[in-house]
Amino acid sequence: MRTKDKKQKIEHRYLSSLSDLTSSERLTDLIDTVLTEAKRQGASSAEAGANLAQGLSLTVRLGELETVEHTRDKGLGITVYFGQRSGSASTTDFTPAALRDTVRAACTIARYTAEDACTGLADPDRLAKDIPDLDLHHPWNPKMETAIDLAQLCEDSARRLDSRISNSEGATLSTHEGLEVYGNTHGFLGTVAATRHSLSASIIAQDEKGMQRDYWYTVSRMSSGLEPPEAVGKQAAARALRRLGARKLSTRRCSVVYEAPVAASLLSHFVSAVSGGNLYRQASFLLNHIGKPVFADHVHIYEQPHLKAALGSAAFDGEGVATAPRDLVKDGVLEGYVLDSYSARKLKMQTTGNAGGVHNLTIEPGDRDLTGLLKQMDTGLLVTEFIGFGVNVVTGDYSRGAAGFWIENGEIQYPVEEITIAGNLKDMFRGLVAVGNDVDTRGNIRTGSILLDNMAVAGS
Amino acid sequence: MSGGLKQARKALLDPAGIGECELERLMANLMTGRVDYADLYFQYSRHESWSLEEGRVKSGSHNIEQGVGVRAVSGEKTGFAYSDEIVMPALLEAATTARAIARQGGKASVPITWRGGGGLRLYESTDPLAGLADDAKVGLLERVEAEARAQDPRVKQVMANLAAVHEVILVARSDGVLTGDVRPLVRLNVTVIVEQNGRREQGTAGGGGRFAYRYFLDDDTALGYAREAVRQALVNLESIEAPAGTLQVVLGPGWPGILLHEAIGHGLEGDFNRKGTSAFAGRIGEQVASEQCTVVDDGTLPDRRGSLNVDDEGTPTQRTVLIEHGILKGYMQDTLNARLTKTAPTGNGRRESYAHLPMPRMTNTYMLAGQYDPAEIIASVEKGLYAVNFGGGQVDITSGKFVFSASEAYLIEKGKVTRPVKGATLIGSGPEVLTRVGMVGNDLKLDPGVGTCGKDGQSVPVGVGQPTLRIDGLTVGGTR
Repeated sequence: MRTKDKKQKIEHRYLSSLSDLTSSERLTDLIDTVLTEAKRQGASSAEAGANLAQGLSLTVRLGELETVEHTRDKGLGITVYFGQRSGSASTTDFTPAALRDTVRAACTIARYTAEDACTGLADPDRLAKDIPDLDLHHPWNPKMETAIDLAQLCEDSARRLDSRISNSEGATLSTHEGLEVYGNTHGFLGTVAATRHSLSASIIAQDEKGMQRDYWYTVSRMSSGLEPPEAVGKQAAARALRRLGARKLSTRRCSVVYEAPVAASLLSHFVSAVSGGNLYRQASFLLNHIGKPVFADHVHIYEQPHLKAALGSAAFDGEGVATAPRDLVKDGVLEGYVLDSYSARKLKMQTTGNAGGVHNLTIEPGDRDLTGLLKQMDTGLLVTEFIGFGVNVVTGDYSRGAAGFWIENGEIQYPVEEITIAGNLKDMFRGLVAVGNDVDTRGNIRTGSILLDNMAVAGS
Repeated sequence: MSGGLKQARKALLDPAGIGECELERLMANLMTGRVDYADLYFQYSRHESWSLEEGRVKSGSHNIEQGVGVRAVSGEKTGFAYSDEIVMPALLEAATTARAIARQGGKASVPITWRGGGGLRLYESTDPLAGLADDAKVGLLERVEAEARAQDPRVKQVMANLAAVHEVILVARSDGVLTGDVRPLVRLNVTVIVEQNGRREQGTAGGGGRFAYRYFLDDDTALGYAREAVRQALVNLESIEAPAGTLQVVLGPGWPGILLHEAIGHGLEGDFNRKGTSAFAGRIGEQVASEQCTVVDDGTLPDRRGSLNVDDEGTPTQRTVLIEHGILKGYMQDTLNARLTKTAPTGNGRRESYAHLPMPRMTNTYMLAGQYDPAEIIASVEKGLYAVNFGGGQVDITSGKFVFSASEAYLIEKGKVTRPVKGATLIGSGPEVLTRVGMVGNDLKLDPGVGTCGKDGQSVPVGVGQPTLRIDGLTVGGTR
């Protein structure tokens, strides 16, 4: 199923009952209905996913409530196969007529698409059999007043930190609950109920030279896992303050530390380069690198799909394939790609359970914290924010806008901005000097800060 | 009643038995308490996408979405809820949820007289998905693939995508404006990968706009994208390392206008300026660009990807002068920010869908032509960069720093374009960069219809354009 990032909608009668059995049974029935309908319309096999979600997001700005958004989404997507031809369709309308039309739209498309030997459902023996409870579902229904109070406390803590905190884009509290069911005509049926709550603040500091904005956020599957609102606010404000007075650097070559929250981007480029879709299209600089060194010898990168309550955990992937912990890079050598069934067949390999992406991809932390990494670097650039994209996965060419701090004697000297850092990812990965132990666990990629040497920095 | 409204009522209201009385009832429900303004945004959209790779159309998809966004505004506060079911009980419930933002009490609601909101006829109101048979869509992609392969034996992969959206919207506002729009949007994209002596490079081209698929069939347009993608990829095979440092940069016409979108466009959106979070806040009337620069945002260009007959709040689009001869003239406004800053809306209130809140967004943003011949501009540069094609860009509106990433660029040496260089990110400061414009060409061009702008997680189609420009000092993020 490919419904990535698609906003999907929810029926009203489910609003208060996402976590109960009725919702799950209703989605299961829907999957059953559309798979049966697909067979009736002549499909040899089919797979479908359906979801319900609801949430609340509110923003407080300059002490006052600014927006309250109530979200409730639902959706259903189906892929049908006629032998080796396929078609997909999706809808947000769950009425029987709309479901029939959706199946028909998918079947119509399959009449015009070409035969493809690699297309089809995941192999039956790879489908998840026992589905462990990964502790992902912790609904939180704060009273509106409580939610407003938390956001206000967060923003107030930021605004009170320093007289140079001049403005704010606000503090936002969000809570989201979703239920997803996936099934296919091999008889697989899996249900995932998950929650996600977050609190963020985006704060502006100002001095005679101008304004600087920075932000901080906390996110967790459970409300008790969130950082205190005061800590989030203070961190956002402190980060904005320390950027005041930023200057340009002259053009040079130097070492660079990626602060943990931005270091994850480096690993996301790696994931992109070893993803099946880019490999079979020959659109990756890591084509044919299995068994070869791609990172520095000390680097170990692995997936932990079954971590309890983590943000990237999943018992099965988007095709129902069982996930399992595994190494992607061991001693710097590439051990595995990131594959779904289709790309695996194209590459004459086996799926790695990554339809829909990686699950808690982790780079093994080293023994120094950020301060320790800066000491190790001694002189160079600490990058705390990237701007723009500038990454070519076909060639590995890398050139991104950056802001951060100039470091000498392992200590921050002054903030810098309006510079770029450039290199080639192949060299950057091979030359990776060290990983910090300051692991950021707020996303699907878990890394500490990362030290690279010999990057090209362009400035004045 | 305009054609757009008639079609929108038929598609969105009639099936649900919603007429003016029902809209009024919903509005009465919303306007209780201290609500100053409310609107309902009905939307239906059908989207299809066909993808070719390895010589075959292997996948296609079809998606339908519909729903209503309900918004209540009280002072600076906004309450928002939506429903994907267009039926009265669900809409009344969404209205009750949205209006909870406002304190109770205040004025009683007054009867509403519905009136048309005006608007333009910039594009056909036909459904592009139905305008071409499915086998012809597949055939078009296959011809694009064949054309790319025929260009050069070094072409190893061709990926092409054909997509269309048929969207119908209707806006009902508490001030009585009732308006609709039917918006077609098509797009064709080609990416090729070429290989020579183990080195691989890619090239991408495409285009589209608010019209039917036949645009791609006329004048060989689709095959032209295939040839252009191959040309770019082959140029990149010869590219050397890009320079690092601050250089004179000449930007080609058309899509490099992404410079304007990032460097000044976002910074001139009304929300950031009302809140004082933009580096341009409070600077109307100041010189922010060279006298040669006049920049407009124009939602009224026929058939363009960024154009709209009315914006997503029912305001007719217009041509808004942002910078005139270097002087900052105005911001882009939606209704909320216009009301709070006591200015007029400019037809820039846009949203990704009924499930998102509208915000001030750009439409087609471009710089007017100047007086110089492009050849003269290049000849004036002793040592610099000539950048003609770009990937994406981004801006920090508070510090004003922005980037845009070149995907096809060349060195300029002694007034001549010499070797191609690898892609590199260019970085600058929005409030400063246009003050360094040394020469503006006479060759204004708009982009081919490929732009998508993201803000606060919402994507909307946009356009950009500019003539050839010389910027006297921009940081080029190469490696050499």
